[in-house]
Amino acid sequence: MTRGVARLLTFQLPLAAFLVFLLFPFYWMLVTALKPNRDLYNLALNPLWTWSPTLDHLRRLLWETHFLPWMKNTLVISVGATALSLATSLLAAYAIGRLRFRGSGVLGIAIFLTYLVPPVILFIPLSRIVSGLGLWDRPAALVLTYPTFLVPFCVWLLLGYFRTIPQELEDCARVDGASRLQVMRYVTFPLALPGILSCLIFAFTLSWNEYLYALVFLSSTDQKTVPVGLATELVTGDVFQWGPLMAGALLGSVPVALAYSFFVEHYVAALTGALKE
Amino acid sequence: MGRQDGPGFPKVTAGPLQAPLPGVRSGQEALGRLVESHQALGWVMVTPALALLAVFLAYPFALGVWLSFTDSRIASPGRFVGLENFRYLAGDGVFRLTVLNTLLYAGVAVVLKFVLGFALALLVNREFRGKRFVRAAMLLPWIVPTSLSALVFYWIYDSQFSVLTWVLRAAGLVDRPINYLGDPNLARAALIAANVWRGVPFFAIGLLAGLQTVPRELYEAAAMDGAGPWSRFRWITWPLIMPVAVVVTVFSTIMTVGDFQLIWIVTKGGPANATHLFGTLAYQRAVQGGFLGEGAAVAVFVLPVLVACVAVAYRTLRRED
Repeated sequence: MTRGVARLLTFQLPLAAFLVFLLFPFYWMLVTALKPNRDLYNLALNPLWTWSPTLDHLRRLLWETHFLPWMKNTLVISVGATALSLATSLLAAYAIGRLRFRGSGVLGIAIFLTYLVPPVILFIPLSRIVSGLGLWDRPAALVLTYPTFLVPFCVWLLLGYFRTIPQELEDCARVDGASRLQVMRYVTFPLALPGILSCLIFAFTLSWNEYLYALVFLSSTDQKTVPVGLATELVTGDVFQWGPLMAGALLGSVPVALAYSFFVEHYVAALTGALKE
Repeated sequence: MGRQDGPGFPKVTAGPLQAPLPGVRSGQEALGRLVESHQALGWVMVTPALALLAVFLAYPFALGVWLSFTDSRIASPGRFVGLENFRYLAGDGVFRLTVLNTLLYAGVAVVLKFVLGFALALLVNREFRGKRFVRAAMLLPWIVPTSLSALVFYWIYDSQFSVLTWVLRAAGLVDRPINYLGDPNLARAALIAANVWRGVPFFAIGLLAGLQTVPRELYEAAAMDGAGPWSRFRWITWPLIMPVAVVVTVFSTIMTVGDFQLIWIVTKGGPANATHLFGTLAYQRAVQGGFLGEGAAVAVFVLPVLVACVAVAYRTLRRED
């Protein structure tokens, strides 16, 4: 009996408190998104529940704002930036981790250090470079700048994975007559697939969530991404549209939440792998 | 394998794995030689990544430092003014307040994230029913877009319809609405709470990974020698997870000092500049005000923090080895 009480006090209650703290904002998003306006702005009611859920906010979000184009933009930009980062990182990580050419050690450390440079240092000069290249207000501006934080992360993570693949496997394939490119294509890269998948998910979520560059480099309403579009176009002066806003916050989180739920092991491996290296 | 820096080398750097150059036969041979040379192939393969980082990271980094010594505006290139921007900022009350805000925000938030994240890691580092679900769910605040969760916090801190106020009222603790974002200290606390909410999962999962590398036998051996829970923690757990703890803290400190979106969405640096960080002030001065040089000078102040963090991490981790 006392053991049960002790477990309740030292484990179950604290864990429940953590879960309420961490998950309540999501519940609040959902309730707000489903609540009719007359309930939403009525202080007499219990705000934590609604007896008359409605899809009005969702309908307004989808058909009366630019939410769908924003979703499309975010998807295109995230896929583009992820593909570019993954392709370049894969080549770079293989070269640094496997070929051990002169200068590869220094390069590895240099790329890791670039991972620590926060975007707030870069966005002002980058805005000048982006407009100089004629990329202002175009998705390409983000596809090309997101790799600055994706490539260092992916290279670092992939380096760790390549290190776990025994060199002998490659040597055997070479002895059997495979060229170096064939070795990469048929031996090393397939074996590094878990690492590649981790990079893919991580890069996609980081691109999907990015805010600062998207805010600075894109200006017209129909070019924006979801994180920027919602916060700038639906928060208009004193008129807040909390229902559609929360519906948008919920829907805008769905793609990353899906990617995450399907590959939660890879995601955690990416996060912890990058920390432990 | 021998080095190879043939004359054809620079031509193929743009597309190392594409079709051979024209002049098929000799081209193919050159490619074959290139592929077999560690030196040449290595550099060819890192070139695309390095080119991206050089143009969009290293160059803007240098340009940013240069801009901080100029009086550039959005429309004009500007000229070198030496330390003028920094001299101006040193006398600028808003900037001085921003420095204090940053210290307060990062200091309090990182400590809270560490303590709560560690507690959560210890809680879930055991077997219980629903472990997989809890571990997956606790990461959600970290993976959803911060700008979207910032909007939720904006709504939670609403001056009229705040759910927090409703709960406090129902509990009989307050009798009037609280204007969370209208009072400087309340606004700071509100933002720190939101930042902690988002950052706790990162600490928890990082420290959990550290905890799982601690061999169980060590605890058993220590328990056999009569070590209590505290000394087991002090002499086994803590030393072994130190490296991970340092790395997580350094990452988080850099990200917290360089925070932008949470602040910008919830308070825009207000009320009365009470919640500005370097990022939001730089954005306001450079993008909204048009003073690129001054904004760049504000942003440059993140650098010392960055260098200090890396230095601390490097020294601690090296001592561990």
